Amino acid sequence: MLYLDHAASTPLRPEVRDVMAPFVGARFGNPSGVHATAQQAKNAIEAAREQIAASIGATSPLEIVFTGGGTEADNLAVFGAAWPVRGGIVTTAVEHAAVLESARFAERLGVTVSILPVDRRGCVTPEEVAAHVDERTAVVSVMMANNETGVLQPVAETAHAVRAVSDGTRVHTDAVQAFASLPVVVYDGGPDLISVSAHKIGGPQGVGFLFVRDGIELEPVIHGGGQELGRRSGTHNVAAIVGLGAAVEATVAERAGYRTRVAAARDRFEHDLRSRINVESTAGEAERLVSHSHLRFPGIAAETLLVRLDLAGVAAAAGAACHSGAIDSSHVLTAMGIEPAAAAESVRFSFGRDDDESTGAIAAATVAGVVEELL
Amino acid sequence: MRALVAMSGGVDSSVAAALMIDAGYDVVGVTLKQWVGAGGAMPTAGCCTVSDAEDARRVAAQLDVPYYVLDYVEEFTEAVVEPFGAAYLAGFTPNPCIECNRKVRFSALLERTAELDADVLVTGHHARVMHDADGWHLLRATDDTKDQSYVLHMLGQDELSRIRLPIGEMTKVEVRQRAADLGLRTAGKPDSQDICFVGSGDYRDFLSDNFPETALPGPVVDTSGSIIGEHAGVTGFTIGQRRGLGIAVGEARYVVDIEPLERRVVVGSYEDLLVDGCTVIDVTFTSDAPPTFSEVTVKVGYRATAVPAVLAPSGDRWEVSFVDRHPAPAPGQSAVFYDGDRVLGGGIIDGVVRS
Repeated sequence: MLYLDHAASTPLRPEVRDVMAPFVGARFGNPSGVHATAQQAKNAIEAAREQIAASIGATSPLEIVFTGGGTEADNLAVFGAAWPVRGGIVTTAVEHAAVLESARFAERLGVTVSILPVDRRGCVTPEEVAAHVDERTAVVSVMMANNETGVLQPVAETAHAVRAVSDGTRVHTDAVQAFASLPVVVYDGGPDLISVSAHKIGGPQGVGFLFVRDGIELEPVIHGGGQELGRRSGTHNVAAIVGLGAAVEATVAERAGYRTRVAAARDRFEHDLRSRINVESTAGEAERLVSHSHLRFPGIAAETLLVRLDLAGVAAAAGAACHSGAIDSSHVLTAMGIEPAAAAESVRFSFGRDDDESTGAIAAATVAGVVEELL
Repeated sequence: MRALVAMSGGVDSSVAAALMIDAGYDVVGVTLKQWVGAGGAMPTAGCCTVSDAEDARRVAAQLDVPYYVLDYVEEFTEAVVEPFGAAYLAGFTPNPCIECNRKVRFSALLERTAELDADVLVTGHHARVMHDADGWHLLRATDDTKDQSYVLHMLGQDELSRIRLPIGEMTKVEVRQRAADLGLRTAGKPDSQDICFVGSGDYRDFLSDNFPETALPGPVVDTSGSIIGEHAGVTGFTIGQRRGLGIAVGEARYVVDIEPLERRVVVGSYEDLLVDGCTVIDVTFTSDAPPTFSEVTVKVGYRATAVPAVLAPSGDRWEVSFVDRHPAPAPGQSAVFYDGDRVLGGGIIDGVVRS
């Protein structure tokens, strides 16, 4: 099988599975306890916290809050930062639903929300964002890279521009898609809140973290026993957190090589496809992640193409998969001004850490073969 | 050979998929997402719900065949739901399952069948498709109590050549037994009776919610035109209806006519209800059109009994003359013509003939 949907989920790293194994076995303790079994678990999650803090350059491990994944990290960042001060939320129309729906939830509770339009490539400008910010803005959320198109946003410049207008406004970025290939580093003047998910980088599903710059008060979105300094209640998923720590460390260590190999896979894929069939890059010439290839196949329904590809052993994605498994139209493509008919002909291919140029060539040959049969 | 099996999540299509595997096909299961509730999610009550799709998915997994949910919401809304409301407003009693088969299942999905590199489209309908020297034939199901050939009458030679109905030879009991033998979770699942997009509620509620102009009151009159009552909307009535007329008179009364523009419902005696024939529009035949004055049997509703009649073309319509006077069929329902077990074709009833 040719798996080209790493942006949805990428396989668990073998070394991650190895470090997790004891915690789905003998080391079953609840970290919130006094005895040795509990302390063993507690030490494991604190080690993971330190591992992650070191990997992203956080000042203190306590700036890392473990969550049940990227969506929960986004909820905690957006709602959590806005609610304590009842301040406004400024974000973009191409954010992940976790950010947009958190903003809309806050809006229903009376928070002012601005969802900014993007250009044809799917980008906002720092100036545009700053123009919507004032002292009453609690949080600005702009993703590092889009999950569908892979298009990068100017997060550093946006943070700078926002601070020039309003010192107290928190800047959040969803780095879930970007973390595999781009440096995610904490620095003065950079984002205050950063969401990361484990299963996009070779960790297990259902776990992630939110970097929360020291001193920022957040309203929790999960209420209970006060774990994670009250910021995320609920018994820790110890095995998953241990796996998250290992996945983050391995990802950061291997990032440069990943970028080179995966870019070669993606570029070869697109090059070979273009030489055989008519395809359009959805994001045009926008700067994007090396892993993502979002393409329109004029005249071919994405739904048909995805089924044909799957039957041919190729896994790809389109739009947003809804509960039933049907394809829902993409709010990202709509925000980019792409007509529904064109959006319904667009498919995402995303490469992973074990892919290289040869994967790209094989993928292109297979995809082009299926497309040619449909034309 | 690859077979695309339309799996609704019911026992019939589950067994149909299993039978196609036995017949040596590479089976691909699909569920059509046809209708969405508020918020764009699949409905949770009635037919074609999320849980039906999950049943279909689990059966496909158990049979170890690929399975997909395909989005036909736009086609279905346009071809089935909107005309459903419009037909009621025009005083017709539509059959949305027939329109779905005509415009979605056996046109859009049949087109998709070729695109998905499948040779045949398979459904769990109780009817039979056969081939002989004369071509393709659509026949009643072996289990007459479950026969669904009525809702498939629009299929022509091209469609029939690409459709397989593997459970048409089986009784419902046999289908359930087969499902149980295979350990399929749908073996004991009740048959769905509802119109899928109406859900578990009453179709009148669906109409008044989605087409509010169908819920305007009007008079109930007798055949002489005297007002004898009031109704809450003509869509609550079907020609031939006996119950729920809201009038108290001695002898049995039936709806004998609906005049949508005046929002009048006309009631009369059984004798007033009897007609000599009906006219049928949009007629198609499974094969060549039969000769004028062919003696056929005709079904004028899904649950109606087939009765002898004579067929003759009349302009762009066909006229059906019942051999014995027959209670008036409801305009909007389909008239389906049979030669014994064989479906000749059919169309939509648009009027009655009284001599």
